[in-house]
Amino acid sequence: MSPEVETLVAILVATLRAGTPLVFAALGELVTEKSGVLNLGIEGMMLIGAVAGFIATVLTGSPFAGVVFAMLAGTLVSLLFGVLTLTLLTNQVATGLALTIFGIGLSAFVGLGYIGTPIQGLQPLAVPLLGDIPVLGLLLFRHDPLVYLSLVLLAAVAWFLARTRAGLVLRAVGESHEAAHAIGYPVIAIRYLAVMFGGAMSGLAGAYLSLVYTPQWTENMTAGRGWIALALVVFATWRPARVLLGAYLFGGITIVGLHIQAAGFEASSHLLAMLPYLATILVLVLISRDANRIRLNAPAALGKPFHPDA
Amino acid sequence: MLLRLEPRAQASRGLRIAAPLIALALTLGSGTVLFGALGQNPILALHTFFIRPIDSLYGLSELAIKAAPLALCAVGLAIGFRGNVWNIGAEGQLTMGAICGGGLALAFYGVEGPWLLPLMVLAGGLGGMAWGAIPALLKTRFNANEILTSLMLTYVAIQLLGYLVHGPWRDPEGYNFPETRLFGEQALLPVLLDGTRLHGGVVLALIAVGLGWLLLSRSFTGFQIKVVGQAPAAAAYAGFSRGRVVWLSFLIGGGLAGIAGLGEVAGPMGQLNPTVSPGYGFAAIICAFLGRLHPFGVLLASLLLALLFLGGESLQMHLNLPLAITGVFQGLLLFFVLACDVFVRYRVRLGPAVASPAP
Repeated sequence: MSPEVETLVAILVATLRAGTPLVFAALGELVTEKSGVLNLGIEGMMLIGAVAGFIATVLTGSPFAGVVFAMLAGTLVSLLFGVLTLTLLTNQVATGLALTIFGIGLSAFVGLGYIGTPIQGLQPLAVPLLGDIPVLGLLLFRHDPLVYLSLVLLAAVAWFLARTRAGLVLRAVGESHEAAHAIGYPVIAIRYLAVMFGGAMSGLAGAYLSLVYTPQWTENMTAGRGWIALALVVFATWRPARVLLGAYLFGGITIVGLHIQAAGFEASSHLLAMLPYLATILVLVLISRDANRIRLNAPAALGKPFHPDA
Repeated sequence: MLLRLEPRAQASRGLRIAAPLIALALTLGSGTVLFGALGQNPILALHTFFIRPIDSLYGLSELAIKAAPLALCAVGLAIGFRGNVWNIGAEGQLTMGAICGGGLALAFYGVEGPWLLPLMVLAGGLGGMAWGAIPALLKTRFNANEILTSLMLTYVAIQLLGYLVHGPWRDPEGYNFPETRLFGEQALLPVLLDGTRLHGGVVLALIAVGLGWLLLSRSFTGFQIKVVGQAPAAAAYAGFSRGRVVWLSFLIGGGLAGIAGLGEVAGPMGQLNPTVSPGYGFAAIICAFLGRLHPFGVLLASLLLALLFLGGESLQMHLNLPLAITGVFQGLLLFFVLACDVFVRYRVRLGPAVASPAP
């Protein structure tokens, strides 16, 4: 391979890795939002997942146990959000913010003894034979298992929402909870499940960061990725396939920033670190500019509390 | 369902006051359990957390110093939240205020006079306002979600501060530490009480609380903000502009947060470094809700949140417990505040649902 091709492949592979946690988190939030619930706590749930997965990996020595534990932890804190917003009918925006503040604090507290602890993260897995194909093998068949899992989950969610009866019910609940309730669907129970799915996926996204992307625990290591995932759902106009496009776009922006520096260009790391956030704003503006597009695609009951007797 | 919520015809007045107190009690209860689980004597830990930091005049002055930026940010946020405008980027607006105000102090280093400080306060406020204007513009002009844009801009502002203090603004005699030179005498807020660090920023915060109350409770604009927030349809019918409320919320919130940031760099810090704020802008969100979105309530809530910051430091100093406990308490407190709100709006009944009587 020529050095140019090598660099390009390295960038593409790194892009995929940078985008994968965003795919997980955004996919989870997409399902939650499709059921009509806006959970702004992704950042907090990701941090809880990251720290839980990391600690479990240290204790058991198995990153797979770490991943499972991270998903459980994410689900558990999402239940907290569920009880508050769905049962106690608190404001979803405020409760999501609370979840993020709580997650930042709790993860920092719990993870204190684990800063700097070395672990054996999740390793890339070469698919036999296919992994040996030059260039293509590196690009497609030598990733860690979670990259493949993200693609499988994406396909599964897309299929679930578009092609199954349960997916249809979930969407109905998100469009009009009164109508879904009148037909006899358990609106609250369905929303609980959607919130828990979002929590598990955020936990998984966090685990990807602390077990694969940078196998270590540092305070606040998500660095706003949870919020970027929220923006991705809007960017994707609530369609799973577009989540993938958006996630890799953002992954690419992060990676290109790093490579600009590595290539020896004079650029402050601080200024380059702004890029993903600025890109998020730009993308939000471009997508939201057309108010009709948002109105047509956003679940109609998004963020609205549901009280069966009211 | 075993537990049922019945909407109250009218929000309970007594509970409106009691709910934050119940939330506080629940937070204290959880704290006791948490300290017990950590193997600490809960009474000693709670004493170290809540009493010891403020058992002296110096301690009380430190409380006021920490409450000032919280109150400044939270009053602005509360005005916005009343109008259903979700500015959660106060941390970034605070940072921009610190950059703009502090930048002025650096620019006029050595040639300063009594005119400098007022100019810095102005620059801080305008800097925060400008940073707040961006999400307002993107919301009103392009319909972009203000929660996400204001938060993204917070990360941008923090990186910008990092760039400045690591790069062009770094103290030439500072042995490469990422901090600016110390501001000159005339660029610092006056100390109000000898032997303490109590500075003029506290006065600015009190003024902001007073003005915020006038705006929300005694002005037509405040009325418009509340109607737009609570009954958008009625507001549209009355001809109140939602866009105007978005702009007002962000300009006021950004300006106050900017002044808070200036108060930090021209007050206790006296220079710029990469962490101007330990999260005042985010904690202010909790203050706003805990204070029931009322400026006076916000002031009390700011004192409490300030105590959480001080208490965390005190625990670290005296019991060798991690500073991160502050964050846990902050999250718990906000959860409990939101959960307790349910009792204000609903009656909680046990037992299965019964058909509501015909009206």
